[in-house]
Amino acid sequence: MTAVNLTSVAQAEQGTSLWKDAWRRLRKNRLALFGLAVLTAFILIALLTPWLAPYAYDAQNLDLGASPPSAEHWLGTDIFGRDLLTQIMYGGRISLAVGFVATAVALVIGVTWGAVAGYVGGRVDAVMMRLVDILYALPFMIFIVLLMVVFGRNLLLLFLAIGAVEWLTMARIMRGQVQSLRQQEFVEAAVSLGLSPATIVRRHLVPNALGPIIVYTTLTIPSVMLLEAFLSFLGLGVQPPATSWGLLISYGAETMEEYPWLLIFPGAALTLTLFALNFLGDGLRDALDVRGSGD
Amino acid sequence: MWRFVVGRLLQAIPVILAVITVTFFLVRVAPGGPFDSEKAVIPEVKAALEAQYRLDLPLGQQYLAYLGDLAQGDLGPSFKYPGRSVNELIAAGLPVTAELGAYALLVAVVLGGLAGVVASLKPNSAQDYIPMSVAMIGICMPTFLLGPLLVLLFGIHLEWLPVAGWGDIPGDKILPSLTLGAAYAAYIARLSRAGMLEVMSQDYIRTARAKGLPEWQVVTRHALRGGLIPVVAFLGPAFAGLLAGSFVVETIFQIPGLGRFYVQAAFNRDYTMILGTTVFLSTLIVLFNLLSDILAAWLNPRLRAQYGEA
Repeated sequence: MTAVNLTSVAQAEQGTSLWKDAWRRLRKNRLALFGLAVLTAFILIALLTPWLAPYAYDAQNLDLGASPPSAEHWLGTDIFGRDLLTQIMYGGRISLAVGFVATAVALVIGVTWGAVAGYVGGRVDAVMMRLVDILYALPFMIFIVLLMVVFGRNLLLLFLAIGAVEWLTMARIMRGQVQSLRQQEFVEAAVSLGLSPATIVRRHLVPNALGPIIVYTTLTIPSVMLLEAFLSFLGLGVQPPATSWGLLISYGAETMEEYPWLLIFPGAALTLTLFALNFLGDGLRDALDVRGSGD
Repeated sequence: MWRFVVGRLLQAIPVILAVITVTFFLVRVAPGGPFDSEKAVIPEVKAALEAQYRLDLPLGQQYLAYLGDLAQGDLGPSFKYPGRSVNELIAAGLPVTAELGAYALLVAVVLGGLAGVVASLKPNSAQDYIPMSVAMIGICMPTFLLGPLLVLLFGIHLEWLPVAGWGDIPGDKILPSLTLGAAYAAYIARLSRAGMLEVMSQDYIRTARAKGLPEWQVVTRHALRGGLIPVVAFLGPAFAGLLAGSFVVETIFQIPGLGRFYVQAAFNRDYTMILGTTVFLSTLIVLFNLLSDILAAWLNPRLRAQYGEA
């Protein structure tokens, strides 16, 4: 009896070992590490853009016009003679910000929704998940276009609209996790200690479901960024003078015949980021041993 | 089985009704009416126009009238193209979009399926890594980037294919179909690879090999059937994605389809057109999801049993 207790205590003491173990496995996955490195670099660049950018965001040189890559302008300039590297750096700030903030919105809604449905169970669960099913069936791309048209094109709404769409899978995953966790003894123990359901969910259930949450967060960010770029490409997302990778690609596509670098470099920035996030997400899924679920 | 089909049909009705209701009221609360142009319109003319489009009625009555029209299959007149109804515009755009979607799906299934099966036959070799890396690029590269890049390469640089249009010049359907189908080809490649890998380790494949069948017959006669089930289940969501993707592809290649109409309607604030296309496309997608659910249930004997197949 004591032996059993000792091992379980020892396991509990080494709570971090799961993460160490996962990190060890992740380190062996070269593609995932590459993704992590690219992502870290891009985030640092985005944070430091005001100091790193070679030119001022609004600096024009109309005499120069569109020029191919050169020693002064590494990635060339656009038709107003603005430095493309500077544009891409500032655009990346917005694209990444939309990606992270909208995913955070989706995360909060999805985790809360799924945890409540899974913990309360019964009729409440049935109604909540039925709603998720119905929302799944709605064609959201069409609805986001509609929202942008109706309420004007502002960034805050873009965050909310995208976040409101992307929480569904997260809710399903969280519910599944909570349903299996709440059968376990430590939850029973917490209940008998008199903890409130909210505390149990926050302190005991969410931390235990962290693996799948992290994996699906990593995989949600690229799909959010893609959505933003898609909307900006159609002219319904980020509006000038602000810019984003999607918007830069859309300008680049207009003039690609004469100035192909205006399309290729912003496109490469977006593709590389999506690549990095997908590889990292796949790698994390393997490292944390999360079974495939949701879609 | 029938209970399952009828049950799913009944579930689809509230979804479609919700779409209609939400869209209707969203469009109506949008700031700026369709006749608020820069030019001053004579009040009498404006009133006449609003009466013609029933904008003078209370909102509730407008909604009921719209539902009544819908029940008769009438999506109303277009605000921006006077004299043309939303039905006519949809009827003009739908065949084009449907054709584009069908070709794209063909590209996706043939290219993706082939790549996935080829990759699965020699896992962790060059024959696996190369198609799968290309597939990852296909997943990561957005349609609106791939389209212009393909145009740049094959249309402008090599001058092999036309850069825009639909059915005007021979070969102008190739690039749009490729562009739209590429991302789905990539997904299908991953799905069919995973499906095939799972099937190839099963006992009945070993049996087929043991009785001396050549490897290609093992694959085509025995493995493909089971290995491609995940692909069939993916076709429903893929269709919805193709419709949304057609917005971009039709804009890039200037194809007069539904997606382009929808985006134009969004920019023109052609409210009846937005409303009509949203309702139409949503219903189509809901019905298609329903169909693929039913198909998946029918293909899967276990699910069939669960829903009381007699």
